[in-house]
Amino acid sequence: MSPRTGRSEAGRTAPLKAILLAAYAMISLAPVLYLVLTAFKLPADTAALPPRFLPGASAPEDSFWFRFTLQNFHRVFADAQTLLYLFNSVFISVCSTLLSVVVGSLAGYGFSRFPFRGGRDALFFVLSTRMLPPLAVAVPISFMYSRLGLLDTRFGLILLYTCFNLSFTTWMMKAFIDEIPTAYEEAAMLDGHTRLEALLRVVLPQAAPGIAATAVFSLISAWNEYAFALTLTSTDAVTMPVRIHAIIGDSGTVPWGPLAAAATLFLLPIVFFGLMMRKHLVRGATFGAVKG
Amino acid sequence: MNAPARIHMQSVAKKFADRIAVYPLDLSVAKGEFLVLLGPSGCGKTTTLRMMAGLEAPSQGAVHFNGKDVTRLRAGERDIAFVFQMFSLYPHLNVRDNVAFTLRAQGMPPREAGRQASDILLRLGLESLANFHPEHLAGGDQQRVGLARALVRRPQAFLMDEPLGTLDGDLRGEMRETLRANHNQAGATTVFVTHDQEEAMSLADRIAVMRDGRVVQCDHPRNLYDNPADLFTAGFVGSPGMNLIRASRTGEWAAMEGLDLVLRVGEDAEADDIAQLAGAAAAASPEAGFWLGVRPENVLLSESGAPCVVDQTLVLGTHNLLSLRAGGGFLKAWLPAGVRFREGETVRVSFLTSGCRWFGGPGGLALPWRTLEAACRPTR
Repeated sequence: MSPRTGRSEAGRTAPLKAILLAAYAMISLAPVLYLVLTAFKLPADTAALPPRFLPGASAPEDSFWFRFTLQNFHRVFADAQTLLYLFNSVFISVCSTLLSVVVGSLAGYGFSRFPFRGGRDALFFVLSTRMLPPLAVAVPISFMYSRLGLLDTRFGLILLYTCFNLSFTTWMMKAFIDEIPTAYEEAAMLDGHTRLEALLRVVLPQAAPGIAATAVFSLISAWNEYAFALTLTSTDAVTMPVRIHAIIGDSGTVPWGPLAAAATLFLLPIVFFGLMMRKHLVRGATFGAVKG
Repeated sequence: MNAPARIHMQSVAKKFADRIAVYPLDLSVAKGEFLVLLGPSGCGKTTTLRMMAGLEAPSQGAVHFNGKDVTRLRAGERDIAFVFQMFSLYPHLNVRDNVAFTLRAQGMPPREAGRQASDILLRLGLESLANFHPEHLAGGDQQRVGLARALVRRPQAFLMDEPLGTLDGDLRGEMRETLRANHNQAGATTVFVTHDQEEAMSLADRIAVMRDGRVVQCDHPRNLYDNPADLFTAGFVGSPGMNLIRASRTGEWAAMEGLDLVLRVGEDAEADDIAQLAGAAAAASPEAGFWLGVRPENVLLSESGAPCVVDQTLVLGTHNLLSLRAGGGFLKAWLPAGVRFREGETVRVSFLTSGCRWFGGPGGLALPWRTLEAACRPTR
């Protein structure tokens, strides 16, 4: 095929791609948009049919307009605990992510650079811990936690999320470090650095996109975790997912407005973090695919 | 500047999980010597070099620098500069800083390190690239900067793992000259790994030929070329390598397979013990056969020679390389540029007797035979 035909074909398919992507983005984002709009609605507007999606100062009957209000957010923050729960979520996710990325990087480096007898089995064992349904171990873990005094502590959840994410971070980091030629660290060691210095100064800086991608995935998984947070916490270490679910309450009618407001608050930090890491995420996800 | 090292490897071997990379070998590099480890890929030459550098721990044996055991010493403590095959420049530093990095790591003030880095870049013709980052350099230039990184230092020894492998033709020759000039000037002990025998011949004071994890011969290039220790070295060194022709011997006369030529041979009185032993072993098992090795430049056109059919002529400017059909194989011969033959033409060839080498026995080792005369065997 001549380059000319190639280009014209790419030119023909470009609009189609754009339309498909736009459609996909709309389908994925519609629920999020709906959630965010609901956070600013009065109870009467939340369940109205047809849905009202245009914010305004008043809401005429049978229109697409709803009355814009901040009362849901007031109600969420009226519960003084909300800020604590948000803090818990941020603190626990960030700490467990840092820990699992640091330990996972070291483990991944070890698996990558020091092949040993049974290394592949060990690596598979690490992964297998990921295959266990969390709820299957929820009871024994809560029993152990109560004996160890870790129930309803932030440290308890940090420890658990770190362990749970470690398999993932180890595998990810091993894959990223495999891609970095050993000559780099050998050159640094020949220049007089120790292996640890070579790891810190030469290997890890080059694995930065991989570390960023690993951290994002790890953070999201800790951020969203619900089952263990529900069974292992009661007051002090409660995280936002548990709190959001508690808003539904037992009254029979679901308070959609406050629920949406809390969920919107919950979304903001992770969306912000994701946008910040966007560049690394794409590079991290395509790492190794660009080799010559 | 540190004094160049005398390096000695004493029954050093390397076993990996699934295979033996290097069988116990003894190797000495004299102070200021340029030693080339030559062999096909997978022969253990790089592993040997890496054990010398401290990048790989030997499974057994000891490495000595100037008589001091450094086997347990980390690579960084051995005061060596290493050039990698696929070089690794630090991506976050520009070319000059990459070169200066090693000097800085040893505590040199930045200004002095930068000056010395600029000097070496100038010498290697890389000064125009000094401010570039590695990602903007072509592969060959990256490799040259890698070389500059090593040459900027004054270590006890330079260890180089196929540093010119990624360069093409002209540049390769140029860098070869630079390396040799640098060695002549600095006199540093250098160990250089390559699979390119021409490179080895042009650079080395001494060449150690390796095969299947063993050193098969370690000698000066000229001697290696003239007197290969076995069939492998005979075929591997030289471009093309020695012509190897199967032969059989009756009394004083040896007959070539597929070639109407007989050679009268006698024992070499001055042969050393190993050659004598090889000769004895070969004589004990004549069924393993003998081989005549003769370099293409020692194949002569002779009226009284054996007839061969010309297969093709390669015109290479200064010389022509003639490929002759002899029996089942081919015989290569260097001829002056003026002499040309058509394909299918019959020519008569003989061998320069002083250029004939004999191999035999189970290992295909060099035999202590001296060739006395060559004669054409009348076709029956």
